[in-house]
Amino acid sequence: MDPLTRLESRSIYILREARRAFTPMAMLWSLGKDSNVMLHLARKAFGGRVPFPAVHVDTGKKFPEMYAFRDRYSKEWELDLIVRDCPPLADTDDTLPPAARSAARKTAGLKNVLKEFKFRALIAGIRRDEQAIRAKERVFSPRDASGAWSARHHPPEFWDQFSTGLPEGGHMRIHPLLDWTERDIWLYTRREKLPVIELYFARDGKRYRSLGDQDITSPVASAAQTVDDIILELESSKIAERAGRSMDHEAEDTFERLRSDGYL
Amino acid sequence: MTKALTPVVFAGHVDHGKSTLIGRLLADTNSLADGRLEEVIASCKRRGVEFEPAFLMDAMQAERDQGVTIDAARILLKSGTRQFRIIDAPGHESFLRHMVSGAAEASAAVLVVDSSEGVREQTRRHAMLLGLLGVVRIIVVVNKMDRVREPQPVFDRISAELKTLMADAGLETHAVIPAVARSGEMVVRRDGEKGSLLAWWAGPTLLDAMEGLPDEAEAIERPLRMPVQDVLKEGDRRIIIGRVESGKLSEGETVLLSPSGQTAKIAGLVAWPDDAPTAFGPGDAAGFVTESRLFIDRGEVISAVSSPAREGNQFDARLFWLADHALRQGDAVHVRLGTADALGEVLKVHKVSDAGREGVVAQDEIPTGSIADVTLRLRRPVALDDYRDDPVTGRFVLVEKGVICGGGRISLEGYQDQGAARRAKASHIHYFASAVTRADREQRTGHRGGVIWLTGLSGSGKSTLANALELALHRRGWSSCILDGDNLRHGLNADLGFSPDDRTENIRRVGEVAALFAQAGMIAISAFISPYREDRDRARAAAGEGFHEVHVSTSLAVCEERDPKGLYQKARDGVIKEFTGISAPYEPPESPNLEIDAGSQPIEICVEQLLDYVDRNFRL
Repeated sequence: MDPLTRLESRSIYILREARRAFTPMAMLWSLGKDSNVMLHLARKAFGGRVPFPAVHVDTGKKFPEMYAFRDRYSKEWELDLIVRDCPPLADTDDTLPPAARSAARKTAGLKNVLKEFKFRALIAGIRRDEQAIRAKERVFSPRDASGAWSARHHPPEFWDQFSTGLPEGGHMRIHPLLDWTERDIWLYTRREKLPVIELYFARDGKRYRSLGDQDITSPVASAAQTVDDIILELESSKIAERAGRSMDHEAEDTFERLRSDGYL
Repeated sequence: MTKALTPVVFAGHVDHGKSTLIGRLLADTNSLADGRLEEVIASCKRRGVEFEPAFLMDAMQAERDQGVTIDAARILLKSGTRQFRIIDAPGHESFLRHMVSGAAEASAAVLVVDSSEGVREQTRRHAMLLGLLGVVRIIVVVNKMDRVREPQPVFDRISAELKTLMADAGLETHAVIPAVARSGEMVVRRDGEKGSLLAWWAGPTLLDAMEGLPDEAEAIERPLRMPVQDVLKEGDRRIIIGRVESGKLSEGETVLLSPSGQTAKIAGLVAWPDDAPTAFGPGDAAGFVTESRLFIDRGEVISAVSSPAREGNQFDARLFWLADHALRQGDAVHVRLGTADALGEVLKVHKVSDAGREGVVAQDEIPTGSIADVTLRLRRPVALDDYRDDPVTGRFVLVEKGVICGGGRISLEGYQDQGAARRAKASHIHYFASAVTRADREQRTGHRGGVIWLTGLSGSGKSTLANALELALHRRGWSSCILDGDNLRHGLNADLGFSPDDRTENIRRVGEVAALFAQAGMIAISAFISPYREDRDRARAAAGEGFHEVHVSTSLAVCEERDPKGLYQKARDGVIKEFTGISAPYEPPESPNLEIDAGSQPIEICVEQLLDYVDRNFRL
């Protein structure tokens, strides 16, 4: 079995396990390359139809191309789409650095969605190779009633057996793409001919590696015009994928603090 | 083409230098993203410590502050043609469950030993666990060689000790290498940053040894095993989904389902959006439809009829235990095998070893972090494999409140295959059944045998109707029998609780018993809420012809107003959880044989309707 098919097959296994273990459950759709792959995997896992809602927690600050993409493909893929706005910046922890505060809005929006729909599990497209704290994640990762995460108390997880126990009032985060790399995502996007938001391709010598809010994401130098170019670029690049995400670089503990509070 | 990726776990006793070694490996192979090294250097400066390569993996504040790895991290390493996923497993015994979680996904391990300390408790425990987890290819690094005065003899002594340990744990020693992780000597380069201490070493560096690891072994040809994950409903189609763990699943093939013992012909394989293949192989996410409709659910194992999965409710196991409390002989356990969940008990603890120290420590109690040989007994038979026959389906995990707390492998030595015994018996029974036919029996009783299956909400009038019907039938000399929920729960179903699984099993047994009465020529009247269509369909299949589904369709509002046992009130107050109609669904029959609304008409009229129906359908 080739490595890409192996990754695909395991992700499908995880999605099928999750669906059987948790109702109601939803998939987080950030409109980026990773969650688009994840939606495609969910369609494969369940015969072409995503059997749970796709949730877009909207900061209101995404690029116009991303909203257009959402509106087009939510119809084309027949998604049960839920869109909810994030609360204003004033409602977030003011001891966080500025960009991190901006990211914390998403956490607050996520908590509102959990409260409104009482989801017992949320599927999210994070990967271990993105960030050192995410490198320690589990495929099934429990959150307590306040949404908080504690790596120290991670339950055991091995042999593709997943702990489903939750603290009272908590929910599970499911991470089917944890073992994928950025390059895998693009190889798979190419193999499955998935649609790609134009922002990932170079314009005037720059492209976005990772798509967040407009005001806290910046493009990196690149000449990649096609998915093939991107794959080639990644083979030699040593620039971190999230280099353009300012929240990651404000302070050493920013990402961990955000995550402990329920960020992705 | 994506290069194959070899996952390698770094294990060993706390403070023997695992994270430092990995940090060095990453830095010297140039595997780090730009800025990552600078970020770590800045972090070390802020803390006023010397450059600490371990911080590359130990990203959490608590890990950096306390200088200890808490949870396993994974990071990619590229070297020449090879790609590795490096897994940094914590060495502290408090974080053993994190070590196991990281190690289990590896195909090889690097065991790190401090030259000044030699083999310590976690060195031994990790070695034993790696063996049980099935990670058998080991590279040993004897680290901190700058700390000993006479490196060569120390290395030789530790090497010899380690080789014995590896053999005890059932591991294959791929290489034993002296190194100084902090300076980088014998990690990627042969010499260190501050000169060369190990010039006498002619063997490989760590990276050389890693590059020499064999690629992922090809799966050995084994017979078909596919644990069922779920059944997808697509209109009338039922698609059985799961992962093929071994062997091949082909269109047109007849397969066995265990433990239900059904056989099925595979009518077609299913895939989206691609065309379905003609066969699924090991590791494939599979889906298929069967030729005839089956009652199948998660937990069954699909296997080849020619070499079927075994069945049993008892087996021997060697397990490792990770929960915070000890496991004792006689304790109740929740065992998960593949996708099957079963309750049972620890029938016997044969031998317990601390795993960190040599020898046997206790007889009947399994403390946290130890390894034990036990016999487990389950309440129901499940599909089983001996781990020597199939290392994937031959293992299980233990679960407490949904959290995994141990794992082990199955030995079936000396156990009979209950499935084979039952299959042999089943053909036997068929012979007797045909000696006295159903018609013979009906001739004698004067009426047909069959099942009146009353279904409806709690308080809808099922029991009242069932009792009235039985009395009326008895008066005219017909033989009938009521299957009552409470009565059955005292005997036949005494082992069942009220979880969804147990409810399903309860209804399954009622269906089977009702079918037996029907075959004996009687009219079995069952009065269960039986809220799920699937469960009722299964009862219908058990009874064959002569199954009559009667929907007592009294509305929820009326039932709740009556509330004869005060149950609805309790459900509304949250005292009773998962109560049908309030907090759990009721799936009404799509086309019942008879519908009786006992809410809008007097009960006498309802009894008349039922009797009239029975007269029309059961009189010869």
